[in-house]
Amino acid sequence: MSRLVSAVASRLVIIVPYVWLLFFFLVPFLIVFKISLSDLAISMPPYTPALDGLRDFFARLGEFDFENFKLLMCDLLGYIGVGGGLCDSGFAADFYKRPYLSVAYISSLKIAFVATILTLLVGYPIAYGMARAPQSLRTMLLMLVILPFWTSFLIRVYAWIGILKPEGLLNQFLFMLGLIDDPLIIMNTNTAVYIGIVYSYLPFMVLPLYATLEKMDYSLIEAAQDLGCPPLSAFWKITFPLSLPGVVAGCLLVFIPAVGEFVIPDLLGGSRTLMIGKTLWSEFFNNRDWPLASAVAIILLLILVVPIMFFQRAQARAQA
Amino acid sequence: MKSLGSIRRSFAPWADPDAVPYIRVENITKKFGDFVAVNDLSLDIYEREFFALLGASGCGKTTLLRMLAGFEEPTSGRILLDGQDLSGIPPYRRPVNMMFQSYALFPHMTVEANIAFGLKQDRMPRDQIAARVGEMLKLVKLEQFAQRKPHQLSGGQRQRVALARSLAKRPKVLLLDEPLGALDKKLREETQFELTDLQQQLGLTFVVVTHDQEEAMTMADRIAILDKGEVMQVATPAEVYEAPASRFVAEFVGSINMFEGSLQKDKAGNTRIARSDGSMIYTGSADDVRAGDNVWYAIRPEKIGISSRQPENGIANALAGEVYDIAYLGDMTIYHVKLDSGQVVKAAMLNSARLFEDPLTWDDRAWITFAPDAGVVLTR
Repeated sequence: MSRLVSAVASRLVIIVPYVWLLFFFLVPFLIVFKISLSDLAISMPPYTPALDGLRDFFARLGEFDFENFKLLMCDLLGYIGVGGGLCDSGFAADFYKRPYLSVAYISSLKIAFVATILTLLVGYPIAYGMARAPQSLRTMLLMLVILPFWTSFLIRVYAWIGILKPEGLLNQFLFMLGLIDDPLIIMNTNTAVYIGIVYSYLPFMVLPLYATLEKMDYSLIEAAQDLGCPPLSAFWKITFPLSLPGVVAGCLLVFIPAVGEFVIPDLLGGSRTLMIGKTLWSEFFNNRDWPLASAVAIILLLILVVPIMFFQRAQARAQA
Repeated sequence: MKSLGSIRRSFAPWADPDAVPYIRVENITKKFGDFVAVNDLSLDIYEREFFALLGASGCGKTTLLRMLAGFEEPTSGRILLDGQDLSGIPPYRRPVNMMFQSYALFPHMTVEANIAFGLKQDRMPRDQIAARVGEMLKLVKLEQFAQRKPHQLSGGQRQRVALARSLAKRPKVLLLDEPLGALDKKLREETQFELTDLQQQLGLTFVVVTHDQEEAMTMADRIAILDKGEVMQVATPAEVYEAPASRFVAEFVGSINMFEGSLQKDKAGNTRIARSDGSMIYTGSADDVRAGDNVWYAIRPEKIGISSRQPENGIANALAGEVYDIAYLGDMTIYHVKLDSGQVVKAAMLNSARLFEDPLTWDDRAWITFAPDAGVVLTR
């Protein structure tokens, strides 16, 4: 009897998160997908219903409109310069004279990639220092890394405006030191976006790196040195290769959300900072083209599935 | 051809006043904050010697080994290796290699790459590296495991890889930190002899740290017994066992009985110890001890005879008591005899002898006997 209860209980424990994911992840995703297949309309909500209920489903199967995905594809073809045939007709060519969605995607990936590398360069020494710190200090250092999460993300990014703007703290400080005569223009540039991403996502890089570095056996470094390997060389031959699972985890934890980042480029980036999160926002709220915006979101998801799967595999391998 | 054993028997450079020590540890002190790990310690180790540092945990033996390897710098004092002062030389420039207690095999490299690691650091030509790695794999009988990763090996195999890796560079001195600590008893006993054979074959100087006295006795030419960062005695295994320098050494190595009392000479000139209960224990000569000094007579259980019959007169030392406990160990039996004075004495009897003796059992009246020179007189 009690065994039956515990069996049911253990099922329940598994079912709860799945139900949660079903209602708050899969269903919204399907709604977004549905919207992406509908047409733009001047109404509330601003799209024609593509299907309502299952009865409609088969009746309207033929009416599904892949126009938005076609547009996205044409945008990409236009970007790489092989557009033609399929794309000449259709409103893509008329409405948007030049490809811009692909530019935003590529630029997002590029910014996220560079920012990830920068975060790694900043985060690795921090994680290494923490892992080598005396045991008694480590908990406190770990707290310091997590501490920024206690303040609103939005407020922290806003704070950077105060630091980076031409008359901001950074420029005042450098001016005071006599290092500069004219203020550095950092605000509203890609540099500001990089700073914002590195700052915001640093804990996501540091924590997995710390976890792998901390459990590494220090006697391996001593063994390498004992066999004639100077410290720096021992780092590259032993420490770094053994910390790779942490590097991969940290990089993906930064890269994946950074690609779709909206707040940082919106607040710190300039008009020339093109990121897909911002494009998505302007399609949804400025152009009120919900179907196109939904299609953009779906494609973004598909693009990110690749690194997410890579992450999953790396995790599974690290555990094996 | 002479067997390795006979070479061993004739090896005693420490007895030769002209021999120059290979490693000289001169007045080394190492402090960690307020804690003194090694205290003004001096040692001489000779070339081709198998030298063991024996002591309980926290006695400073590992710290001393780490100072030889260069992982710790002495607070004061210096270490000379083949005449060269090692002070300030980092571990990666010292002509010594270490086998770590945890083995410290690189988990992301194959067995082969692990062994080749040190050779690559020396920029040895590739074909020579391959040849040396092959030779090492053969030496530790792991040829067919060259491409395995450490986690695919058993504990014993890992130990061999660690050994091969630390030997690959042909170091002047090999330091071994509890080399057999992680192996099970049977494998440990086999490996002890393999290690000594290997050391003889290669003609290297081995310094091994261990807390296991049996391991030290089996393998080492000489043993240094350490306590609280100081050397208690440096001697061959037989000397350490038969002629311990102090009560600490006597009690640390093997099992021993102690009789405390003050030293006397009787009318016939024999040396004896007067005990507080009035009994006397005759000892061998103890010329360096003054009469009246408080001393300890230390005797090993296997040098004490035990019988249910009262011995005839003429036996120097015979003490009566009751059998208090019996530990049957298979090859021998240890009798714990509670003497009339209340002291419990351990007496060992080989079971080959026991068969012919009348069997003693719990609470039986028993007499223990021993010759005066079966034990040693200790003053500290």
